[in-house]
Amino acid sequence: MTAAVTFRSVSRHFGAVKAVDSVDLAIAEGEFFAMLGPSGSGKTTCLRLIAGFEQPDGGEISILGQSANGIPPWKRNVNTVFQDYALFPHMTILDNVAYGLMVRGVDKTTRHKAAEEALDLVKLGGYGARRTGQLSGGQRQRVALARALVNKPSVLLLDEPLGALDLKLREAMQEELKGLQKRLGITFVLVTHDQGEALSMADRVAVFNEGRIVQSGAPEDIYNRPRTRFVADFVGSSNILSPSLSESLSGGRRWTSLRPEAFTLEPGDSRLSLTGTIEASSFMGAVRRIALKVGDNTIHANLPAGATLPAEGTPLTLHFAPDALNPLEDAA
Amino acid sequence: MTASLAPQSSAQDSLASRFSAALWRSPRLLLLLLLAPPLLWLGVVYVGSLIALLAQSFFSFDDFTAQVTYELTLSTYAELFSPANFDIIKRTVTMAALVTIASAILAFPIAYYAARYAKGRWKAFFYLGVMLPLWSSYLVKIYAWKMILSKEGIVSWTADKLHLSWLLDAWLSLPVVGGNSLSVSATGTFLVFVYIWLPYMILPIQASLERVPANLIEASYDLGGGPSKTFRHVLLPLAMPGVAAGSIFTFSLTLGDYIIPGIIGTSRLFIGQAVYTQQGTAGNIPLAAAFSVVPVVIMAFYLWGAKKQGAFDAL
Repeated sequence: MTAAVTFRSVSRHFGAVKAVDSVDLAIAEGEFFAMLGPSGSGKTTCLRLIAGFEQPDGGEISILGQSANGIPPWKRNVNTVFQDYALFPHMTILDNVAYGLMVRGVDKTTRHKAAEEALDLVKLGGYGARRTGQLSGGQRQRVALARALVNKPSVLLLDEPLGALDLKLREAMQEELKGLQKRLGITFVLVTHDQGEALSMADRVAVFNEGRIVQSGAPEDIYNRPRTRFVADFVGSSNILSPSLSESLSGGRRWTSLRPEAFTLEPGDSRLSLTGTIEASSFMGAVRRIALKVGDNTIHANLPAGATLPAEGTPLTLHFAPDALNPLEDAA
Repeated sequence: MTASLAPQSSAQDSLASRFSAALWRSPRLLLLLLLAPPLLWLGVVYVGSLIALLAQSFFSFDDFTAQVTYELTLSTYAELFSPANFDIIKRTVTMAALVTIASAILAFPIAYYAARYAKGRWKAFFYLGVMLPLWSSYLVKIYAWKMILSKEGIVSWTADKLHLSWLLDAWLSLPVVGGNSLSVSATGTFLVFVYIWLPYMILPIQASLERVPANLIEASYDLGGGPSKTFRHVLLPLAMPGVAAGSIFTFSLTLGDYIIPGIIGTSRLFIGQAVYTQQGTAGNIPLAAAFSVVPVVIMAFYLWGAKKQGAFDAL
């Protein structure tokens, strides 16, 4: 099977800044792939390299087995949903969606029919005659999606597509995007700085930092077995235990990560424990988050919201399973 | 009572502060005060003189007594359609249209560069370069162009050195656009008009291009529109308000100008020169007024047509 997109030691430099630094990756056909990282980590530049807005300074990019180096964006069967949607303000919604077909010379009746269908697909049937200014942010997002999908791209690129939406809408769109991807079978490449978005939607996640991929794999692997302190900290929240603290717990003298939800109040069989004083305790809705001072370290734990806890400043012992300790690759 | 509400106001600033407080309480009064001077100027001086002009054009001129007959008539307007006068109108409108088209074609790439690529120092350089000609005297520039375009000028000299004199001579031997030298040809008039009005086309186009987000161009590329289709379907429609604004300047300024065709060009008159001679030498104020109304009417039609074509849709 040919990969939808492959990078072979691809680099893109802006002056002295290595935006993308010798990246290798392979995105399978029909896969929902997420590029996750903080701003400036090179994920967006990778997306722009696939779209053709940037050309690599080194290495080779292929799309569906064919080299894409030197191919301009308008000759790639790849479409983008832009971060701020980039809808054409001087056209109606229908003409926006039909634009890709129009520039390819598809006649008016056919392209308008296809655009109507694409609008139905994103649940905006009947909105064709409106102008972009008459739509809400969520609706514009759907138009941008329809405008890309109507071209039947082999790869759909999504650049922080949900960033501008409010929380409720974002969660609804996450499910919808994932459903759409499953139904259409198109390769989706999502760029996001929101780890929740990447974990919930993608089949596979690549975590970017400083122009490189630091870890890639299934969302569960990334979350449960982060390889470095950066990944452990960036994907979800983690307690990073210093080499000396983890040595006292399990014997290995190395950096270790421990998720806050690994803790319980009840000591089970063969459980490890940490004892400290409660520094702070805050109600988060589903959980109660406490900060526990253990020596020089502050450990965060998510406990059931209904748990009865001693007052702040008093000692508390928390328990966790030994395999919750995740040794990291960083030098001790 | 008031004093207890405003304990901080002292005796000295009480008048000024009471006045500004009164303005704050009644925004309408503030608006009226701010708008009164410009409204007086526009209403009385500007519109008033336009109406006086319009009124003049409905009187007639007696050629024998050289006196204006103050009776309402359309005969002066009928005179505009005499072959000699109508030629002047046609000539001026054609020139204005050509100057506008040439200015738009020249201005667009310059404006595009300035809006998209020029940053910091280069942007300042661009503004300076575009505005600098506007700082020097209009007459000096036109006389300079007369030198440049004259038979002994640098254009002829360059053509000669490049062994292209035959080309220049062939052009000058053409009817209508030709003449003895560029400085006494319609071509010369055209070149100088384009030179003088170009900044008025560049600046509005540049302003409208500044407002086109760069990612719309990328979106068009992404959807399969190559550069030429992107220009036609995205960039040009979005820059159209700027082009329309610029063309209003170049078109109307060319319609009304009488100095450039008087110094550079043939002896055939333009509307501005016709107005000048009719009201000055001939004293035929009604005909001069009727001629002045022509550009106003043409511009009204022009704007109406531009609006119908959707030139202001992206405004």
